[in-house]
Amino acid sequence: MKPIRNVLDKLHPHFAQGGRFERWYPLYEAIDTFLYTPGDVTKSNTHVRDSLDLKRMMTTVVIALTPCILMALWNTGYQANLAIEAGNGQAFDDWRAGILALLGIGHDSSSLIGNLVFGALYFFPVYFVTVAVGGAWEGLFSIVRKHEINEGFLVTSMLFPLTLPPTIPLWQVAVGISFGVVIGKEIFGGTGRNFLNPALTARAFLYFAYPAQISGPKVWTATDGFTGATPLGVLADAPVSGGLDQIGVTWSQAFLGTMQGSMGETSTLACLLGAGLLILTGIGSWKIITAVFVGAAALATLLWGVGSESNALFLLGPHWHIVIGGLAFGAVFMATDPVSAAMTETGKWIYGIMIGMLTVLIRVINPAFPEGIMLAILFGNVMAPLIDYFVVQANIKRRMTRHAA
Amino acid sequence: MQDYLSIFLKAVFIENLALAFFLGMCTFLAVSKNVKTALGLGLAVIVVQTITVSVNNLVYTGLLKEGALAWAGLGDVDMTFLGLISYIGVIAAMVQILEMTLDRYFPPLYNALGIFLPLITVNCAILGGSLFMVERDYTFTESVTYGFGSGFGWALALCALAGIREKMAYSDVPHGLRGLGITFIVVGLMALAFMSFGGIKL
Repeated sequence: MKPIRNVLDKLHPHFAQGGRFERWYPLYEAIDTFLYTPGDVTKSNTHVRDSLDLKRMMTTVVIALTPCILMALWNTGYQANLAIEAGNGQAFDDWRAGILALLGIGHDSSSLIGNLVFGALYFFPVYFVTVAVGGAWEGLFSIVRKHEINEGFLVTSMLFPLTLPPTIPLWQVAVGISFGVVIGKEIFGGTGRNFLNPALTARAFLYFAYPAQISGPKVWTATDGFTGATPLGVLADAPVSGGLDQIGVTWSQAFLGTMQGSMGETSTLACLLGAGLLILTGIGSWKIITAVFVGAAALATLLWGVGSESNALFLLGPHWHIVIGGLAFGAVFMATDPVSAAMTETGKWIYGIMIGMLTVLIRVINPAFPEGIMLAILFGNVMAPLIDYFVVQANIKRRMTRHAA
Repeated sequence: MQDYLSIFLKAVFIENLALAFFLGMCTFLAVSKNVKTALGLGLAVIVVQTITVSVNNLVYTGLLKEGALAWAGLGDVDMTFLGLISYIGVIAAMVQILEMTLDRYFPPLYNALGIFLPLITVNCAILGGSLFMVERDYTFTESVTYGFGSGFGWALALCALAGIREKMAYSDVPHGLRGLGITFIVVGLMALAFMSFGGIKL
């Protein structure tokens, strides 16, 4: 590691104030602090020092995402290979097929490596486009506006691909992340100053701008000609008389994540593993995660009990709502975003429960959208400052009366 | 009862006057700098909207609608072309009466609402509410519900925007966008989040 440090130290004068490349300092700084602990020391008197800086916080989230990423790779390949094996569709005849042929990997859904490689050929292009385009915007803003490159983008760039279907066109990925990074975050001044989750802003933008490539039954499996809706999508169109079997997956399948869906959201188990790490390290708020699940389960139980004669989604009990769709992924990684979530402790409960209930509400009674977690979290983000305001006011009032006596 | 509940919920969330129809934008953008004043204005809008939509409903069904003047022997007279001017007149009159009543009997509330009451006269969300009431042919009770619901929805959106703008005190917005520019973008993003209700059929 020493040589890299030496190179960086050698370059430093060029980028420092008065150097030739002074304008490009944010880029230098980003690479330097990505590799090494910053050497800055405090010059004034009092300061609090904690090893948990923004960079470590964001890295922890990325590590917590690992199970979801692995699952995304494997499940993308598994679903596609399963469809190809069954003769329901063919692999797209593009450069990916060339690479697979070069490696001598066939379409065998029982082969771990085969599935992983197939999935990787779909996930990584999306990821690289996200990083390249989003990173370019980040770099541009930080150079022009002279602030450091925001670490938050590490997480945004990882979350965004995981919320997309594998077949998403890459130019749409570029458009989406541009909107998310620029309008969702950078025009407010960067990480910590925005009010919506940038990854979700990007996804919502794509969802409303190009619905054909991000919803419906055709997009979830990376094969040509195979139609497989997500369980929620299936039920939204199914008659209520057919019962729950129409959903096409068992509960344990849904829990493990071997079903159709956005790349990273299918596995509740993987999300819970990530949640474990986030809660253990204190980075994700356990209150928000629990509140989302509680809110969703409570409303789901109510609707389940009420029942319906025309809407098959009423058949889903709370145990189903928690494992299908993106509820777990959203609750663990999106709702807990410390910037856009409620800040006060009581507020976190209200915020989480509101998101959970709204998710189930959109899923069940809104025929326009089969899945609701994305919009529910965005709505939660919009309401979070107001929730905080009322919690703080209530606290002030309580203390005023206590001290008045 | 379920009918009224669905009119209320629809008016608050699905057809939110501010974020789905973008009505009342001038006040919405101007008076959302902090939550406290937003709450005051929101309350005033709820009260005025409830009163004016229901009174306009009476005006419409009792005077303007075709055949409404049958009691005076004018059964085939249709005065709906006087709609706009009557509704806005009713709104202005109602606001004035409300203002005087509050000033006389509830001075604290009057002081709290301050400038917002007269300002509401020219708020297009208020006139829009009355026009929607006519277009949808609400009965009197339905209009009371709708007036309250749409006012409440507008107030909710206003307070949420005020909350966000208070939080944005910590933002570092590019110079050209400061003030109204960024507020427009914020409102657009809020409307994106409110899309979650779009499409619900009650």
